[in-house]
Amino acid sequence: MSTLLEVSGVSVSFDGFKAINNLSFQIGQAELRAIIGPNGAGKTTFMDIITGKTRPNEGRVLWGEKSQSLLKMSEAAIARAGVGRKFQRPTVFEDQTVHDNLLMAIKNDRSPFSVLFFKPKFRDLGRVEELAAEIGLSDQLHRKSGELSHGQKQWLEIGMLLAQEPRLLLVDEPAAGMTLSEREHTTDILVEAAKTRAVVVVEHDMEFVRRLNCKVTVLHEGSVLAEGSLDHVTQNKDVIDVYLGR
Amino acid sequence: MKNSFILRNPSVLIFLGVLALFTLGVTFMSEATGAGLISTSFVKTLGKTLCLCLIAIAMDLVWGYCGILSLGHFAFFGLGGYMIGMWLMYERTRQIVTLSMANAEIPPTDQEVVDAIGSQIFGVVGSSDFPPIWSFADSLPIQLALVLIVPGMLALIFGWLAFRSRVTGVYLSILTQAMTLALSLYLFQNDSGLRGNNGLSGLQNLPGTDAIPQSLISIWFFWASALALGLGFLLASWVVSGKFGSVIRGIRDDEQRVRFLGYSVEGYKLFIFVMTAMIAGIAGALYYPQAGIINPAEVAPIASIYLAVWVAIGGRGRLYGAVIGAAFVSLVSTWFTGGQAPDVPLGFYVVKWVDWWQVLLGLSFVLVTLFAPKGIGGLFDLFEGIRSPRRHGAALGPDQGSLQEKEAQE
Repeated sequence: MSTLLEVSGVSVSFDGFKAINNLSFQIGQAELRAIIGPNGAGKTTFMDIITGKTRPNEGRVLWGEKSQSLLKMSEAAIARAGVGRKFQRPTVFEDQTVHDNLLMAIKNDRSPFSVLFFKPKFRDLGRVEELAAEIGLSDQLHRKSGELSHGQKQWLEIGMLLAQEPRLLLVDEPAAGMTLSEREHTTDILVEAAKTRAVVVVEHDMEFVRRLNCKVTVLHEGSVLAEGSLDHVTQNKDVIDVYLGR
Repeated sequence: MKNSFILRNPSVLIFLGVLALFTLGVTFMSEATGAGLISTSFVKTLGKTLCLCLIAIAMDLVWGYCGILSLGHFAFFGLGGYMIGMWLMYERTRQIVTLSMANAEIPPTDQEVVDAIGSQIFGVVGSSDFPPIWSFADSLPIQLALVLIVPGMLALIFGWLAFRSRVTGVYLSILTQAMTLALSLYLFQNDSGLRGNNGLSGLQNLPGTDAIPQSLISIWFFWASALALGLGFLLASWVVSGKFGSVIRGIRDDEQRVRFLGYSVEGYKLFIFVMTAMIAGIAGALYYPQAGIINPAEVAPIASIYLAVWVAIGGRGRLYGAVIGAAFVSLVSTWFTGGQAPDVPLGFYVVKWVDWWQVLLGLSFVLVTLFAPKGIGGLFDLFEGIRSPRRHGAALGPDQGSLQEKEAQE
């Protein structure tokens, strides 16, 4: 399996505090990966580095078959290259309808002029319907997304991510604030998505991670502490000491 | 055409209808083309008001839809006015000079004519040479193009520098204020080449129309302003109705999220900033021939702040709101400051509106922002809400206890 994203020797510090310390990580073309770690382990900073929000002090972030460096690219260019990100708190455009939210996310030319003259084609509208069905919002398409429940907003955001057709999906605590059945649905969507692309899930909830049934990376103080199956890492003595043992 | 642009945006049709009726009404009441019920100077005031409505649309696009609180759009308005003013002044002076020289025994050379125009125009600032920026003043097509190009270029350079460095919010507003202040201070200098604080004057006299009375010219400009406002409204509604509108409203509400969707936020901001600067330029080019004079005080920082106040009072984020705000506030302001409003004697003190109008305006701005953030445009929601709460039978929330349609009022 070839590598999609390779992060090597990355460090970043804020005012002397090392948020990420010599971290290395790689993920394949179609792989599901969970990242766990205590608060302050650097999970969010790690995502910020990949998506271009934070520039690391040192290290390399290489992307795709051509091993292109992501460090020189803007956030928008990285997103267009195929990195999609879901934030911890659901961020959808509340003033706009579910339909408009999805249409905005669907993969198309993103330059101002082509967007100005954009007319949704049959294919785009079909894709909106399809995605809405997948995230269970088919009958909510013309409601303003601000009126949706918390869980529905989370799904809408996942739907928008899928609409972008990213090759790598970064998902920050997708199950936060969801009911049990909503969690199961979310797990299904993520497992399904990981069949065709790389998915990285940051999660606190062990039960949720167990249900994902995938390789787990444990972060601690900005670097990788252990990596392997969930059972493997939960038996690791270091992991028990710093994380589970608390 | 179930999905046509007009059907999806009924307010466009209503707006254009109201504008057309208003234009017809003024035409039939004016001195030149109608019953003479309204004076030529008031026709000019109305024409100028339409231009202010046009720049308010530009402001609403950039602020109400894209979330960039620009407090410098009157710089572009003024530049548009200066560009057309240069041609008007040059051409008219040329005609006067040629006429007066026609009786000379030796016919004047071209250079002599140009020199005479120069000393006529720049005599007030103690010069007679044309500065380089007047190079194209003899050509109407080029000066008309410059009405778009000069504000557009300034907006492009300023916007590129500001947006690229991710300057947002109040810092950007301060920068735009600095821009318009710097422009105004520059224009105040005599050697800026635009006659310093004298500005350009006599712009109401169209070259070659000495036989045509001002009453008719004022109606022409009124029509042109109405046409420009109609087209501007159409353009702006088209821009905000589609996916482009989605993206810029997204930028207004959550810039970072738009960036992670893969849209280059800076590119979009620059696009909308330059476009609105050009609209402002056109509005200025139509305004100043009706005002007759333009001077650097017109681009003073306070003018752009007024613009934001109009849009806020009218209701930002809806185009007709901006138009209503600009028309209402500027007309009321004309009434109050023109000495027509009756003084209010309080016994111990007489409220003179010329002095107190600004206080009233400031107070209403604060009150609107606090208690009616939708502005005057929000009143239309009230009417519409009573007519049709468009929720298609759905409740306001998915939970059992959420507000139902019967209870809901839009």
